[in-house]
This record gives sequence, structure tokens and C-alpha cells, in this order.
Amino acid sequence: MRHLLSTKDLTRDEAVRILDLAEDMAAVQTREVKKLPALRGRTVVNLFFEDSTRTRISFEAAAKRLSADVINFAAKGSSVSKGESLKDTAQTLAAMGADGVVIRHSASGAPQVLAQSDWIDAGVVNAGDGTHEHPTQALLDAFTMRRRLHGAASRGKALDGVKVVIVGDILHSRVARSNLWLLRTLGAEVTFVAPATLVPVGVGSWPVEVEFDLDAALARIRPDVLMMLRIQSERMNAAFFPSAREYAREWGLDDERLVALGPDSMVMHPGPMNRGLEISAGAADSPQSTVLEQVANGVSIRMAVLYLLLSGEREALS
Amino acid sequence: MSANTHLLKGATLPDGTVADILLEAGRIVSTEPRTAAPAGAVVVDAAGLVALPGLVDLHTHLREPGFEQSETVLTGTRAAAAGGFTAVFAMANTLPVADTAGVVEQVQALGRDAGYATVRPIGAVTVGLAGERLSEIGAMAHSRAAVRVFSDDGKCVHDSLLMRRALEYVKTFDGVIAQHAQDPRLTENAQMNEGALSSELGLKGWPAVAEESIIARDVLLAEHVGARLHICHLSTAGSVDVVRWAKARGIAVTAEATPHHLLLTEELVRSYDARYKVNPPLRRDEDVLALREGVADGTIDIIATDHAPHPRESKECEWDAASFGMVGLESALPVVQTALVDTGLVGWADVARLLSQKPAEIGRLNDHSHAFEPGSPANVVLVDPASSSVFGLDRLHGRSGNTPYEGVTLSGSVRWTFHEGFATLRDGELAPVGEAAVR
Repeated sequence: MRHLLSTKDLTRDEAVRILDLAEDMAAVQTREVKKLPALRGRTVVNLFFEDSTRTRISFEAAAKRLSADVINFAAKGSSVSKGESLKDTAQTLAAMGADGVVIRHSASGAPQVLAQSDWIDAGVVNAGDGTHEHPTQALLDAFTMRRRLHGAASRGKALDGVKVVIVGDILHSRVARSNLWLLRTLGAEVTFVAPATLVPVGVGSWPVEVEFDLDAALARIRPDVLMMLRIQSERMNAAFFPSAREYAREWGLDDERLVALGPDSMVMHPGPMNRGLEISAGAADSPQSTVLEQVANGVSIRMAVLYLLLSGEREALS
Repeated sequence: MSANTHLLKGATLPDGTVADILLEAGRIVSTEPRTAAPAGAVVVDAAGLVALPGLVDLHTHLREPGFEQSETVLTGTRAAAAGGFTAVFAMANTLPVADTAGVVEQVQALGRDAGYATVRPIGAVTVGLAGERLSEIGAMAHSRAAVRVFSDDGKCVHDSLLMRRALEYVKTFDGVIAQHAQDPRLTENAQMNEGALSSELGLKGWPAVAEESIIARDVLLAEHVGARLHICHLSTAGSVDVVRWAKARGIAVTAEATPHHLLLTEELVRSYDARYKVNPPLRRDEDVLALREGVADGTIDIIATDHAPHPRESKECEWDAASFGMVGLESALPVVQTALVDTGLVGWADVARLLSQKPAEIGRLNDHSHAFEPGSPANVVLVDPASSSVFGLDRLHGRSGNTPYEGVTLSGSVRWTFHEGFATLRDGELAPVGEAAVR
């Protein structure tokens, strides 16, 4: 594997391999010394054009636990309008000898542009690009589901037949897109639930069911996993829905819906949560909630990805 | 001047007849077969070459004044000559905007001084392209530039009342409004055609309805006030339907399509390569086929390039930050041959109409295009339709290299271009700058 740009590019075997490798990395996290020497002497740059402390520190922890040197590069603002271009930034990092670039960018496709350019030879990890993809989030979500379902017997398994309902701002969500492609590759069934204004145009040709009514979807599907997406308050101003109150009432996971969901279903959220909007405090803190496991698993997944891209094994998956 | 006497031996005219075309003193003197060339004439072996009236581009961005790092009137008209064009209509979105007599006269004079093609400036419909109040349309019409085409291209005249007034007002000067049909609210920050692919790629969609709804409104406005209307760069199947309906109803609307919308589709955007970023965006296969059908059945009147040069840094970046636009003068005729002639949809007489006679008529460019009658102006292009080659940056002669055709195999190549009898392109080589300027 040369780069990780999209979950759409991953085969089932590659995806399972990453999840299995993340199990190995998770095992290291339970040791007293949490560090592996695998990437000693390698340099990983966290190139963040968009603020995301959570994702950045997760990648930073992952790289450091593999003994890589980490450089954090916060390049705020878009290229042409404010300051240095992506090309100049990339060439600067290349000149400094970066082996891997973890890039977060508000423009969809920026990681791909970087990866297919001749500006830099480093492996590129997409840490979230615009409304396109966020592949490590999807991998950590799949990893979390697999662990909850299979525990210690997770290795080698996919997610065949697992019923996943993703609720919220699908239109603007890179998490929803990356999850859909990966979950389908792993054999899960996916349903999107959202107001019609937040469903992407052309979704009819995607391998997903779409429902507008959350209660009807929960009653019909009895999902194994209910994933709530963060809703951005600025969407209200753009007339996607009339008010936060109406959104919470129609599409929020409140305590009644949590009861209706039943104790065997997982409740997931990529964070950061708007408690009381898309998810109630009761649901967020319930035993079904995997929110903190997702955070912990994020480090393991990112260790696995960096290891595959940057260690001597990087050709093995390609 | 004898160097401007040319005998084009054995050229194939658009109607298929073979002719010896004698160009003398800026005119076509005869198309009769002749055994000997007049003394001092340059003889061009045109056997196997198709002769067309000099091409006329109703939609060119020459970028001067204001954006000379992208293109100038000189470099843009050199690109035009290389592509077989003898006249270009220069869009108004310069800096300052071409919304006064002073700017349009300057652009026209720069074109005349360069000597590669006739430059007819297009005047802005509204002051500064701001869409708020009419620019000095009368002053531009009566200036030395004699502006007849008015457009806010790059922006839509979206205010309904202002559009109505503009349509009415230009009637006074036999002018036409060339509308860039794009509802601004439906396309805020839009990046590519809206559909399953834009959703997958996470790029903000530019829905077809944003174009079609403006065209529908404008044809009805044109009907209501009895004005001429021209629609720039049709890009969707629905737009073709609306224009077809309007024409059937007798509305005085004309429509253009660009070469790139007749050949390329949105699938290219998967690369996030900003060379494929253009406004209106590349659409679906169905749209390309509908546009071709619209050209074939006459719904679409002309093909215009929307030649839009941009410097490298505007394209070597992430998609959202990149500029919209493609250069198109040198590739226009090869793309038209590839997409329309080789596919049997149109013949060379249609090409002459689509790329020369009709755009000249819409733009009121009198005494320029023709049907090869003796006495016509010696604006002629010779095309080698048998050639086929991989398009490369070496084919470009403007200041910018943002072509989407690099590495694409295209049919046909322009060999000779004559502008008012002067050979601006000579067997593929542009006339020297000094020679063109002093003629």
C-alpha cells in the first residue's frame, strides 16, 4: 500500500488485513511499554490545513508509538487565497525528508492531488478531505464494530450481515461516505437516515438504502449499529432544516429512541458530539455507546496504517 | 502586395467541390480551375485539404487588459490564427471590465495592431459585471469598436427585470445579449456537475436546473419583448430541450456549445486534476450526446470555444482553489472533427456554418465570413482532415497551457489561415509577430 486516500480503493482482504494488524497494535497498547521500534528514523508530518485536534493527536500518538519522528504542520487557510500553495508546502516537506504525510484539508481531493503529484514522494494518508472521505475513521469504526461483535475472536473476520444505520448530515459527511464504501466491502448492510435536504443527490445509485423517518427505520431494520453524525449548526442558516429543536426531535437519538433501540445495539459517534442535539447525554454515556472505544481504537488503526505505508512491509499489500 | 497573393491549388470547398482559390488584395478573386498562377503569387498545394471560411469565435477570453499573465490580445490572437480563426469576440470580464467605450476601443485597437485576427470586443451588460445597472451600451455600440454583442459572461444577468431591460435596450442598436445562464444561488461555490459523482467525490454540485431555469426564463423574456437572445455554452440535455422548444415557438434565440462539452464528460473529474475544471462544468454522457444531437438538428446554432487561459498556479492546486476554464482555440477544430464530423453527425458545410457563417451573423460581423463567392473577403482556413495526432502542449501558442486535451488523439489539423489575404498560419507555422503587425 503506497497511500491511503479512500476506503473505496480497499479490497476486502486489504481491509481485513488492516483491521487484524490494528489488533496487534492494540495488544501493544495494553503493555507497560507501549512503544514499537518499527518506524525508527522515519519522519511523519501531520499536515493539517483544517483544525482537528482530536484527529491530529490520534495520528501523533500512533506515529510516536511506532517510534517515528513527528512534525506537526498547521497550515491554516486555503492555498491560493491565503499564503503558501499546496505545491510549495509539499515541496518544502519533501526537502525536509518527510517519509509520510498525514493530510487534513477542507478541499475534497487534496490528498489525491498530493499523492499523484511529483511534488513529494512520501506516502500520503488522508486524514479527512472536505466532504469526500475520512478513511481511518471508517477503519476505526469497523474495527470497533468487529471487536464489540466478536471480541477476542475478531481476527480474520469481516462484518457480513451486520446492519448499520447512519443518521444525520450525510450530504456533508466524509465519515458517512468512507463508512459506506468500507462497510459494503466488509459485507455489512447500510442505511442512511436524514432529512431529504441532507441526502446527497444521486444516492440512488449507491449501495445503500435511504430512509427519512428515523423511528420507522429503527423499527424496520433493528440495527446492530446506530451511528449518529455530528450536525453543524451553520446548516440551519442554509435552510437544510428549520431549527435545532426540530432536528433533535426528528433525527436525534434521545432517551426514548435509545430504549426502543434495545440493549444489544451499538451507539457510535465519530465525535465531537453535540450533546442534546444529535445525541442525548443518556445515549452518549450509555453502555451501548462506543464513543471512547472509537477514540482508543483510532490510535491502533492509525498505527496499523502508518506501519503498512512506511515500514519495510509497505509493498506487501500493494 | 504580391506576397499577399496566394493560389490555393486543389482545395476542397465545404460543399465538396474542388477549387483553385485565388486570394488577391484581401479578396477571393476566383475559385475557377486554373493552369497557371499569376506572377508573384504564392502557390499552396491544397490537394486533400478542406477550405473553410475563416473561423469566427463568438466566445474568447483574451484577458487583456488586466490579466496579461494569462493571455494578451497578441498571444490570444496568435492562438486563434493557429486554430484557424480569423475573428474573435473578446469577452468583457477584463480589468477594468469592458463596460465603457474606452476599454472596448482599446481592445479592438490592440487586435488591429497585432494583425493576426479581427478582434471584436464584447461589451459588459452591467457596470463592472455587478448585475446592478446597465453599462453604457449605446456608447460602446457607437464607438469605433461598434459593439453588437453584450455579455456579463462569467456571471449571469440573474435579475429578471434587469435582463428584460437589457434585452429591450440592445434592440436599439441591433445588439444581442449573450447570456451566461447560471442561477447564482443554486450554484454557490459549485465545483462540478451535480449528481452521483459529485456526491461521491465530495465536490459541491452545479445542478443542470441552474442553467435550464435561466434559459427558460430568458427565452420567455425574449419572446415577450421581441428581442434577440444568445445563450452561451449550453451544457445540459435539458437546455437543448428548452432551446428546441423556444425555436419551435418562433423565439429569436440562438445557442452555442463549446468543443469540450461536445467531447468530455464529468468522469474526468475523478482525477481531481483541475485542468478539467470549467464553468459550466463537464456533464454526463447523456448531455454530451444531447448536445451533439442539438448541433446536428440545428437547435444549437454555433460552436464557440470559451477559450479561458489561466496561469499554471491557478491549476496546479487542490480542485476547490483552482480557476474555472480551459484554453480551446487551437483544439477547437480537431475536437469538432473528432466529435461531430468523424461521427457522421455533420459535414464540412455544417462546420463552415457552425464555426464561421452563423457566429459572424449573430455578432453582426459583416463582410467577414462567406461561401467562397468571388469578391468575398480573403478569410480562409485550410484543414487537413486526414491527419490524426496526439494533442500536445506544443500545439498551443497562447500564454497559458491549461488544455484538457494533452495526450488525447484528435483528428485533423489546421495548416493555413488567411486573414484578409494575409497568411497568419503557413503550413502550421505562425507568421512572425513583426510581419503581422506591419501589414
